[in-house]
Amino acid sequence: MKSSLMRKTTMRYVAGATAMAASLSLVACGGGGEKAAGDFDGEVKVGILHSRSGTMAISENTVAEAELMAIEEINAKGGITIDGKKLKIVPVEEDGASDWPTFAEKAKKLIDQDQVSVVFGGWTSASRKAMLPVFEAKDHFLFYPIQYEGQECSKNIFYSGATPNQQAEPAVSWLLKNKGKDFFLVGSDYVYPRTANTIMKEQLKVEGGNLVGEDYLPLGNTEVAPIIAKIKQALPKGGVIVNTLNGDSNVAFFKQMKAAGITPANGYSIMSFSIAEEEVAAIGPEYLEGTYAAWNFFQSLDTPASKKFTTDFKAKYGENRVTNDPAESAYNMVYLWAKGAEKAGSTDNAKVREALIGVTFDAPQGPIEVQPNHHTTELVMIGEVQKDGMFKIIENKGVLKPIAWNQFVPETKGYTCDWTKDRPDAGKFKM
Amino acid sequence: MAKFRTWLPWLLLVAAALVLPAILPPFRLNLLGRFLSLGIVALGIDLIWGFTGMLSLGQGIFFALGGYAIGMHLQLLSLAPGELPEFFGLYGVKQLPAFWQPFQSFVFTGLCIWVLPALVAGVLGYLVFRNRIKGVYFSILTQAALLVFFNFFNGQQKLINGTNGLKTDTARIFGELVGSDAMQRNLFWLTVVLVMAAWLLCRWLTRGRFGDALIAIRDDEPRLRFTGYNPTAYKTLVFAIAGAMAGVSGALYTVQSGIVSPQYMAVPFSIEMVIWVAVGGRGTLIGAVLGAVLINYAKSLVSEQLPETWLFIQGGLFLLVVTALPDGLVGWWRQGGPRHIQAMVGWPPLAPTYPGLDLDPAAQAERQAFSSDVPPGGAP
Amino acid sequence: MDLLYDTLFNGLAIGSVLVLAALGLAVVFGLMGVINMAHGELMMLGAYTTYVVQNLFKNGPLEGLFPIYILVAIPLAFLVSGLAGLLLEKTVIRRLYGRPLETLLATWGVSLILQQFVRSVSSAFVVGLVVAVALGLVAPRLWPSSWAQRRWTPLLAVATWLFSGLIGIILASGLGGIRVLDQPWFSARNLDVTAPLWLRGSVDFGGVNMPTARLFIVALTAIALVAVHCFLQKSVWGIRIRAVTQNRSMSDCLGIPTETVDALTFLVGSGLAGVAGVAVTLLGSVGPNLGGNYIVDCFMVVVLGGVGKLLGTVVAALGIGVLSYVIGSGSLLLLWPAMPAGLNELITFFATTSMAKVLVFALIVLFLQFRPAGLFPQKGRLVEA
Repeated sequence: MKSSLMRKTTMRYVAGATAMAASLSLVACGGGGEKAAGDFDGEVKVGILHSRSGTMAISENTVAEAELMAIEEINAKGGITIDGKKLKIVPVEEDGASDWPTFAEKAKKLIDQDQVSVVFGGWTSASRKAMLPVFEAKDHFLFYPIQYEGQECSKNIFYSGATPNQQAEPAVSWLLKNKGKDFFLVGSDYVYPRTANTIMKEQLKVEGGNLVGEDYLPLGNTEVAPIIAKIKQALPKGGVIVNTLNGDSNVAFFKQMKAAGITPANGYSIMSFSIAEEEVAAIGPEYLEGTYAAWNFFQSLDTPASKKFTTDFKAKYGENRVTNDPAESAYNMVYLWAKGAEKAGSTDNAKVREALIGVTFDAPQGPIEVQPNHHTTELVMIGEVQKDGMFKIIENKGVLKPIAWNQFVPETKGYTCDWTKDRPDAGKFKM
Repeated sequence: MAKFRTWLPWLLLVAAALVLPAILPPFRLNLLGRFLSLGIVALGIDLIWGFTGMLSLGQGIFFALGGYAIGMHLQLLSLAPGELPEFFGLYGVKQLPAFWQPFQSFVFTGLCIWVLPALVAGVLGYLVFRNRIKGVYFSILTQAALLVFFNFFNGQQKLINGTNGLKTDTARIFGELVGSDAMQRNLFWLTVVLVMAAWLLCRWLTRGRFGDALIAIRDDEPRLRFTGYNPTAYKTLVFAIAGAMAGVSGALYTVQSGIVSPQYMAVPFSIEMVIWVAVGGRGTLIGAVLGAVLINYAKSLVSEQLPETWLFIQGGLFLLVVTALPDGLVGWWRQGGPRHIQAMVGWPPLAPTYPGLDLDPAAQAERQAFSSDVPPGGAP
Repeated sequence: MDLLYDTLFNGLAIGSVLVLAALGLAVVFGLMGVINMAHGELMMLGAYTTYVVQNLFKNGPLEGLFPIYILVAIPLAFLVSGLAGLLLEKTVIRRLYGRPLETLLATWGVSLILQQFVRSVSSAFVVGLVVAVALGLVAPRLWPSSWAQRRWTPLLAVATWLFSGLIGIILASGLGGIRVLDQPWFSARNLDVTAPLWLRGSVDFGGVNMPTARLFIVALTAIALVAVHCFLQKSVWGIRIRAVTQNRSMSDCLGIPTETVDALTFLVGSGLAGVAGVAVTLLGSVGPNLGGNYIVDCFMVVVLGGVGKLLGTVVAALGIGVLSYVIGSGSLLLLWPAMPAGLNELITFFATTSMAKVLVFALIVLFLQFRPAGLFPQKGRLVEA
């Protein structure tokens, strides 16, 4: 990726210089669409909006790369076929710069300026929440790839990542059954950990667990000594720690946990929801060995589809790269969208959204299907980190349907979401 | 002729404000509106840094406070009575926190946008200036205060939705969606009017005795104190004014961006604000606005083309402006920068000499004023 | 009692990282009144140096020495960051003496450039950069001497640099086509520095569990403090540095080469940042944002400690460390379980790491109301700048 990006960079220097000149007259520079190449009868623009700079670039680059790979694959097979015409998918990339308002700005740009048919984008919930009003106000279309906290069901967003009942909840039930009743929740101080922990607390109440403490670390903070002290006070003899930390803090957390003797060997079961293969490599498997993670895809998943995905990804971006759940999910959503467009017989965003419900795709994890609540079904697995940085799949919960409005939290209990229903409150109504 | 010259920029500006919405696509117009609203916070920084010599790295506090005030109002505006903003449900909050209540009133919000930041700035400023903390210390303290506010807003999910911030696009003012093109055009005009108002305010403040006092503080504060003035009062006042301007700017920026989030209080953003002023030209009011618009426009273009290089460009700008262009673009222009270049490439502009200089009406007027000031034969 | 020791140890552990990180900053600020916003990025350079050293020792002939790679990393990091600091002083800060606010902005610019540098540095990038700089430096020497005094000479200089920059960019993009050269050295990803085994465990001492990594940092801090103290008090250059700190113009008159002193101080201060960078790799990851996480804390230490005394820096850093630990871990509640409900609620409200930060900063601002010049202000009259 990096190399093709660089080559593109060379070409773009010229474009960049022109754009800078144009900036003086405050005149928009459209960039000039590339002509459809070869056998295509036309083209369709899609937006790719991830952080390519700033803190989140670390994670989001991989996701963007998976999306570009899917687009390339589809184009190599002749693009998408609408009304017998072959259309080439042309990605328009924008940088969200790890800054939520920038995501909103760039989403506006992709919709108004570039007139894309769909935007694939976002990682943090905060960035999605920032983009959501833009897509709703303009009645446009966002495809969001990451597992998230649920409690949202927008007409204008499709979610190809897991909802809590496809990741956190089965994991907590599994922990309760196999590992212990005393839970300590640690998370970064932002919306996903906060909401996920709210859900888990309710779940613990219902399923007979015991919350002994929770704490939050500011994003990027690495001073975790107070948290470790709290864990030691709350769980002196071992117990369950559920970790929803994001980014850098994880490294500090696991390094210092190990130093303080809070390890699987000493009776602590640690379950993380934001650590996939790529993060394991960055933190170091020696610190993570024996901890658990719940995902819908692991690189170690032993199926032909999974192996093909990993091989293709490595061939394209380098042998030392790994695949993970967010990348797989991002890859899936491009295919889902393409299938939806072909089914709708149009690239108009409203028609594709309608057609997408019920679309199926043989994903690397296995077959998935888009549900009426705009989420997809997912295979749910729990893995244990091995010495080589890969996960050993120790529990397979099978394919689960998504639940957007959480059924443990009292405020949303009994609510559901179904966009096939013709009613004004289809996004959230009492069952 | 001279009259016409003073009015020309204004005429151009008004013409531009009327014409641009018609010719720019909504996205670019929206960008321009947002960047212009940033011009207001830049004007405030110019006031405290360019004129008074206090470098605040914490203007983001006041900017975000203004943004949050309008954000909270818009959250409440679109709700049925008894309903709560949606995000409260996520954290199990069942009652509207007390400090949200007054924001249901438009008048209160309208006041809050500028009074609240001004108050915070006033108190903070008073505490710092009272102890004669200044220079780098002041800068660092404002930065620390910024971090305090950032952490607080970022961490309080249950009060103000933490990291996510508040969104405004889907609220309605006068029955019109805030995010709609028509509303955004109105907001653009409002921004233009307010930028001009802020510019006039700053101009009024910096001319006359108040402005002289500010410049005196910048150039030699002890001397001003020994002359019998109280610099603390001046500094507190001007810091509060800059805070109020930041608040207004933040509110305008928020409604045009569709979201207010703690990111507005991020440390780099507040330092960026300073660099807009530095690039435009500190101590020149128009420079502040110009700098804010130019740099942000460049940023948005660069990040569309080459996102990885923006930090290099920004860092380079910091270095360039500080070392080579200490007075910014406008300062360079006013000090005859273009003439220098012209001279370098071999066509030096003709220096005004006699008799041309003698006949210049401006020179004559000046001489007349001078000769009437000095009594004949009484020159020292 | 255990709790007391525990609190003290953890406070000391947090504080000693702050001491190490702020030490260099304090020395530089004390001498030149310059706040170096790029200090955090100099730490980052030290951390990346550790990463490189670790990789050298991980495989290959030096593998057997892996347990002590960190001892090699410390002087190397000192050197790398110190030289980077020296370069910074010679090229930028020197031009801005007497303008502290401008220095602050310029060093911020440098910090942005350094951050992006470690993200995008690749072999192709370095080749481009080196060629551009070399061209920019060499080209003017090739001009006929009659060009030196022309009216357009400054323009020519600017044009030369622009031209060499362009050549560099073209070269870098051209080489970027080759995959091996295009591989970023570090990329934007966070990197893992594996501590040697002996720094991964912990020892129990008097009922308190002490991670060895923390103990190592405390020891390193102590050594660095003693070394800096000896250097400042005993060595000739140390005495010169102190003289310049106290009265620059008088020292200048007495024949002390103040410019060399400035450069040396900056080198030492930046080098200390590098050492701090090694230390933080034991606690967290190495990434481009590493510096930003520490820099504001360091500023607070310097402001709270006052200028010109190492003791101030140490006391301030340890104070902040203990305070943030006590507040953040909520251990006050354990000490005094029967607390009145209102106070209890208040303490619980602040007993998270984010809110502890809020409270600590607020307390510092409050403290400065009583002691505006910090804990240990310099005695004697100061010329108001």
